[in-house]
This record gives sequence, C-alpha cells and structure tokens, in this order.
Amino acid sequence: MTTIPASRSGAPLRRPRPALAPLLAVPALVMYVVFAILPLGGAVVLSFAQWDGLSQITWAGLGNWTSVLSDPVTWNAFVLTGKIMLVSVVVQTPISLLLGVFTAGRQRYREVLAVLYFVPLLLSSAAVAIAFKAILDPNFGVAAALGLPFLKQDWLGNPDLVLYVVIFVIAWQFVPFHTLLYQAGVRQIPSSLYEAATIDGAGRVQQFFYVTLPQLRNTIVTSGTLMVTGSLTYFDAVFVLTGGGPGYATRLLPLDMYLTGFTANQMGPASVLAVILVVVGLALAFVLTKFTGFARMQSDQEGV
Amino acid sequence: MTASATTGSPVRARATSRSRSTARTRPNWLGAIGGFVWLAIIIVPIYYIVITSLRSQAGFFSTNPLFPPLSPTLANYALVVQNDFGLYLVNSVIVTVASVVVTVAFALGAAYAIVRTRGRFVRSSFSLFLLGLAVPTHATIIPLYWFITRVHLYDSLAGLVLPSIGFAIPITVLILANFLRDIPKELFESMRVDGAGDLRMLVSLALPLARPAIVTVAIYDGLHVWNGFLFPLILTQSPDKRVLPMALWTFQGEYNVNVPGVLAAVVLSTLPIFVAYVFGRRYLVSGLTAGFSK
Repeated sequence: MTTIPASRSGAPLRRPRPALAPLLAVPALVMYVVFAILPLGGAVVLSFAQWDGLSQITWAGLGNWTSVLSDPVTWNAFVLTGKIMLVSVVVQTPISLLLGVFTAGRQRYREVLAVLYFVPLLLSSAAVAIAFKAILDPNFGVAAALGLPFLKQDWLGNPDLVLYVVIFVIAWQFVPFHTLLYQAGVRQIPSSLYEAATIDGAGRVQQFFYVTLPQLRNTIVTSGTLMVTGSLTYFDAVFVLTGGGPGYATRLLPLDMYLTGFTANQMGPASVLAVILVVVGLALAFVLTKFTGFARMQSDQEGV
Repeated sequence: MTASATTGSPVRARATSRSRSTARTRPNWLGAIGGFVWLAIIIVPIYYIVITSLRSQAGFFSTNPLFPPLSPTLANYALVVQNDFGLYLVNSVIVTVASVVVTVAFALGAAYAIVRTRGRFVRSSFSLFLLGLAVPTHATIIPLYWFITRVHLYDSLAGLVLPSIGFAIPITVLILANFLRDIPKELFESMRVDGAGDLRMLVSLALPLARPAIVTVAIYDGLHVWNGFLFPLILTQSPDKRVLPMALWTFQGEYNVNVPGVLAAVVLSTLPIFVAYVFGRRYLVSGLTAGFSK
C-alpha cells in the first residue's frame, strides 16, 4: 500500500489517494458496536452472574437460567406476549388494511380524514398511556359521559379485561402507522388493473378481493412483520398504563425483564430474560424475512 | 413508486380520472360509515384530553366529561409551565438534536463506504448493521446501565445521547445506503477524474443529492428519540435531567388527582410535534414510514 508504483519511463505516476472510503464507516460502526452490539454480549455474560445493580458482580453459573425457566411468572409472560402478538395482528391488520384502502381514495373528505387519523402518531407512548388512564376512569372518563352501563368497567383493575384494554390502546396508537403503509401500497397499484376489472364487470367488492388484496401481498407481509417484532417491544405504554398489573395480568416479557432487574434488583435473572427476548426476536425476524424474501421473489406486478 | 402512476401518457391519465369520476357517482356508503366510526375512535379521546385540560379541577368532578367547559381556564397550563416544563423541553431538544445530527453524519459516511467500496470489511459491517434491525433495544438495557454508570455518564444528557445514536445508526445507514445506490456512478467517476477524494465526493456530491433521504431519516430518528421513554427511565434520575416523556410520567405520579393538570402536560408535550405536523405533514409522513413503504 505504501509503495507507489513508478511508470516504466521512470516518471512518478500521479500519487493515488489513500483509500479513505472504508474508513468512513468506522465512526458509525464504533458507536453501533459499543452501544448496541457489545451490550448484547454483555447481557449474555450477565445472565450467568449475580448483581443487584450496585455492588460487586459475582459469578452465578447456571443458577439464573434454571430459576428463570422454572418460574411460572416467566411462562406467564411468554403466554401474555404471544397472546398480545397474535390478537394485535388479528385486530390491527384488517382495520389498517381497510382504512388504508379507504384513505387511498382521492375524495376530498377522505383526505381530510387521513389527516385526522394521523394524530395519534404525534403523541409519545407515555402521553398516550397517561391520557388513556384518565379516559378509562369509570367515574370521570368517557364512560361516565356516555352513560352506558357496560362501559362503566374498572378497565385497568380487572385482570380479565386489562389485557384487551392494553391491546386496544396499542391498536389506537399504531393502526395509524400501518394505515399509512397500506395507503402507500394501494396507491402503487396500477390503475390499468382496475380498468380491466371494470371492463370485465367486476364490482367494488370483487375488485377489492381480486385486485386490491392480492396486490397488497407485500405490504401485508411488511406490516405483519413489523407488528410481530414490534409486539416484543411493547413496553412504554404498558408500563405507564398498568405497570404490569393488576397482579401479573399484563406483565409481558419486556416488563418482566424490567421489573425483575430494576425493581427487584435481580440483574442476573433479568439478563436471562433479555437474552430470551433477543433470541425470540431474532428467530421471529429470521423466519419472517425468509417468508418475506420468498414473497418478494414474485413481483406484485407480475404480468402487468 | 408513485411516480409510475404519474408518468403515464396523458391519454391514460385522462382515462384514470374518468374512471375515478364514475366511481364517485356511486358513493361507497359502507366505507364512509367505517371511516367515520374510526374517526370517532381517534377523535373522542383527543377531544377529551383537550377539553379536560381546559377545565378547572372543580369542574372536572361536577360536569359531564364530554361537554365543553363552561368557563375554560388556562390555569392547568400555568401549573405545568411553573413545574419546569421549559427545562424539560430544552432537555428534550438537546438530546434529540445532538442524537440526530451525530447519527446522520456518521451514518452518511458509513452509507457512502458501503455504496462506494466492496472490501470485506465494509461488507461484513453492512451485515452487522442489518442484524441491528432485529435486535430489540430493551434487551440491552442492563449492560448499558452497567456501562453508562462505569464511564460516569449516568444521569447526564450525554448518557442519553450516546445509546440513542448507537440504536438509530443501523436503520439510518440502511435507508441512506439505499438512496446513495441510486446516484449514477458516472457522477462519482467524473469527480474522481477531476482529482476529488472520497471526502470531497461525500460532502459535495453525496450530501446534496441525498438531502431528501436525509430529511426523511432525520425525522424518523428524531421522533424516536423525542418520544423515547426507556433510556431516560433507566439512565437518568434527577429532575434537571428529565426529558419530556419522563417529566410527563413523574408529573402524573405527583399530581395523580389533578387530571386536568396532567392532561394539560400531555397537550403541552405534544405541541412541538403537532406544530411540526401542521407545517410539514408531508415530511413527517415520509419520515414515519421511512424504509417501510417500499
């Protein structure tokens, strides 16, 4: 690298500039490795250690793993996380899809509605959760105003209801985002497909099922992947809204990890939960991207 | 993506508009009803937040929660402002701006390296960035807490900025690299012939051309840092280091019974983003769906 080749005539060639380009990746790489990748390794190390967050870290062997994996609270967290993941996808996908198709229309009123649908995205998760605490209050919230008895529930105190309340609040917060994805997806569908369908005599419902839905295949996969992997990180809103309670009713995996580590001061077991979270996250991402990659092979616009 | 719809021949464009107008003659009642039901679901909570924040505390307990207050008051907002709202706002701005500026600057360099070279080092760092997209932030907080305490950055704004950068970098690099890839190679080559080095090309070619992508990704990163709750929760403690979401949470803990006050804090903390939405809706929308709406 340091020797500069001379041309045959002996005159020095123009000095080639040092290859700077690869070095430009270094700052980003350093920040990313130090603050994201190394902590990941740190979680694995700490999962075999005993630490209360303040004093000396001591070796604990496999003790954390056996205690966490035999703890019914862990399995409860697993079941809750799975449940919230599944129900969220099932609830949010059709709503976002239909709203996306609806707002893709160019009618003036639909454009106005799309502007309003977006507003929940402006609030932080903490703000959403705090607001819904007030809204769901059985005595002073919206239920009291509407005077409907079945709305006067102790939404956040009833362990049978609270998980569905959390699912609703999360849907309220995230459906607008997925609506945007579907809106963009619908607007990419070539209008020639609809023209052809119209000529073939397809009505609105048939057009939806035979043109729109198949054309949205990739968007459905993308949005679904984001919902699934996102549901592993439902923390902020749930933490502020319920704190994982009542009892263990909304103690999802990330909450279980936080509460074990920073409230019960058991960083070792909490790190075990962190490692589990990473493994589940990577496994889901891997499976889903295989699926997505497969879907991408066949273009949406095949034969257009 | 949307370009394909607009680049059609004028004849086709006219045909499209005609088919749209025939669709308009048969209104989609079912769709409209559904659309307005969802509007109610979105708007009623927001309406409740806003009108309640304008209520006196006595009014909160006595009147119907959905009726507008008879004598609206800004007292709740005054209470929030007196509780150091300005300080928290400044903290949030500092953390967000610092994180976004450093993230975008570093990520642009990395994206340039990824697009312009094909060495093994750069390629493997690209796969490492890809991996970062799948790692849940939450899983790293315990070692991060240990590390930040060790380097004496616990309870400081810098301690919030550094991990925020680390976690924003992968997606930022990927979005910028995708964009830089579309810049014609000839532009780089002709600059190289003129004797420009990588740094020159990065600053005077890649940077200006990538401006739309930079705006988009900066908004995406900025919203995430601005609304972030987990890092401040774990890495800060004292009141003078609070950012807005944290301040909101502690305010709610202190003024538990003063619901109008708490909701005024919610409104005030959302106001900056709301203003941004009003003036730059297009950018905000593109920023939010950055990298996903392909």
